[in-house]
Amino acid sequence: MEIFDILVTVSFWVAALRIATPLIFGVTGALLCERAGVLNLGIEGIMTVGAMTGWITVHLGGSLWGGVVAAMAMGALCGLVLAVLTVKLGLSQHVSGLGVTMLATSASYFTYRVVLPNANTPPRIQPFEPLNIPGLSDLPVIGPILFQQTALTLLAIALVALTAWFLNRTPLGLALRAVGENPAAVEAQGLDVHRLRMGAVVAGSAVMALGGAFLTMSAFNAFFFEMVAGRGWICIALTVFASWRPGKALIGAILFGAFDAFQVRLQQVVGGAVPGQVFLMIPYLLSIVALVVWSRKASYPKALMVPYIKGQR
Amino acid sequence: MIRLEPRGETPRLLALTAPVVAALVALALAAIPIMAAGAPLLKAYQVMFEGALGSRFALTEVVSRATPLILTGLAAAIAFRARLYNIGAEGQLYLGAVAAVAVGSGRFDGPPALMIAAVLIAGAIAGALLMLGPTLMKVKLGADEVVTTLLLNFIVILFVQIMIEGPMKDPMSLGWPQSEPIIDSAALPKLIEKTRVHAGLIVALVAALGVHVFLAHTVPGFRIRAVGANPAAARFAGMSVTGTMLLVGALSGALAGLAGVGEVAGLKGYLTNNLSPGYGYAGIVVAMLAGLSPLGVVLAAFFVAAVFVGADSMSRGINVSSYIANLIVALALISVLVSGVVTRWRIRFGRPGG
Repeated sequence: MEIFDILVTVSFWVAALRIATPLIFGVTGALLCERAGVLNLGIEGIMTVGAMTGWITVHLGGSLWGGVVAAMAMGALCGLVLAVLTVKLGLSQHVSGLGVTMLATSASYFTYRVVLPNANTPPRIQPFEPLNIPGLSDLPVIGPILFQQTALTLLAIALVALTAWFLNRTPLGLALRAVGENPAAVEAQGLDVHRLRMGAVVAGSAVMALGGAFLTMSAFNAFFFEMVAGRGWICIALTVFASWRPGKALIGAILFGAFDAFQVRLQQVVGGAVPGQVFLMIPYLLSIVALVVWSRKASYPKALMVPYIKGQR
Repeated sequence: MIRLEPRGETPRLLALTAPVVAALVALALAAIPIMAAGAPLLKAYQVMFEGALGSRFALTEVVSRATPLILTGLAAAIAFRARLYNIGAEGQLYLGAVAAVAVGSGRFDGPPALMIAAVLIAGAIAGALLMLGPTLMKVKLGADEVVTTLLLNFIVILFVQIMIEGPMKDPMSLGWPQSEPIIDSAALPKLIEKTRVHAGLIVALVAALGVHVFLAHTVPGFRIRAVGANPAAARFAGMSVTGTMLLVGALSGALAGLAGVGEVAGLKGYLTNNLSPGYGYAGIVVAMLAGLSPLGVVLAAFFVAAVFVGADSMSRGINVSSYIANLIVALALISVLVSGVVTRWRIRFGRPGG
């Protein structure tokens, strides 16, 4: 059937990787938090903050990379709020995370309205351009797929490699994983459980915010309400699918991007026979399926969602 | 050095005042965004309070907004009691509204008593069925219900769009995506003429009382509290954790579904894809402010409704974006979470054991 022929076209995989990029950032950030034992349900709001901050920085005259740094900083700030609630105060990670999502989302929308009180169509910015590196971009197949992306997509892939190296090859990464498995043992080693967890949540949140920034500064060129559209929740499902491993998370995000790119093309072929919304449901349905199938055999970080209180136990 | 020591028992007065203090803190913190928006602070609060409480019209608006919030608040409260984190009230609300339109838009007709009962039951069943899925996925497969219910919200909204652009589309709507209207015999009657207060309020208040009696004075209600407090112990005592969870999930979804019926059959008269300005999510805040108490939910719903109505008049009067309401509600959630630390733990300054 010719619809499947598009799977072997280069332009299809260029689109798949582009669609996957915010998910790569999001799932990497979520994974950093969860490996340390904190479920970060602030992700949806943190991505919204990243999208708004990055875009508004550029809109107000900042540089693109200035926007990226600002987005990360605001993401880290949201992460700090979540870390104080869940790590320092040991509150419910479910409810605290939703609280941070609500706070970050409404603060983003409010800020947008403060800067642009009466705008009906959001002003555009000049987004990141595809790289087009002479030599590299001309390589067959891999050239366009990897190097006709914007710099943020390459940054996402580099961050996955960096996270894998950090978690598996550095003492701090080992400590971070241990704090998500057996915090009491980490404390016995003389390390500060709270500081490690807070650091992981702050860093992970900064990475999540990049996923949002990609949306307004690379995928699109403006900020729209509800543009994150559940990508954060999809990333939480992807961490389970990936068994909390960065490499598998990258593959999961790209598979997801491929499904999404495929449904867009399928929609063009099938046309009016099926309502367009049916196709838009696919990513959410897939996430639920991924969660259901992989939850059973998932080996969760053992101390995930268990607050650690010094001197107890 | 600051340390936390568990309290043996929370003083009753502290448990009751903590949410009030949390709500006041949230209102006070709203000063920061109000000033950031460049609005005069005192004037802003004045406009907000007068807009919410200063006239007969304002008060009826608060009552009409509180109606769905009581129901979604109850949906969250009963589920959270059993540690079933149903964040899907928004989707259940919409599916309840779809069911109400399916039953109440003239496919068949009957006396009002029968038709109103039919739309209410249809909405409750739709909400309950929608929540049974995530509940089953949680207890049987270990899939986190927070994520599945959140994802389902997006799916349901898309489903609503399909319905109002397709099978349920109103042919008289001149191309606007909205459903056929609810027929007169199926519409919830107005409680006060010329206002938006409708009989859904009675449904909500009866539901609050019902959930209170159910949780406090019946055996299945006791099981729900036991499963929430300690599932292992509940199982050891011979209770069916799965059965209890399914019951909680169904009740929670049904309550949220009823909220959707009220909005479509009592207020708007037809279904659109902006029926709810996030009542499902705000219900979580209502439940937390209420300390998961069903009767407290009623009070908390009125507070959150007043914030929404007051913020609307602030946005009309002095051009502060009405997103300030969502901001205050989110701040209230975080404040009440933090206040939980104060009620459950004693804060000590100084060295441990000193």
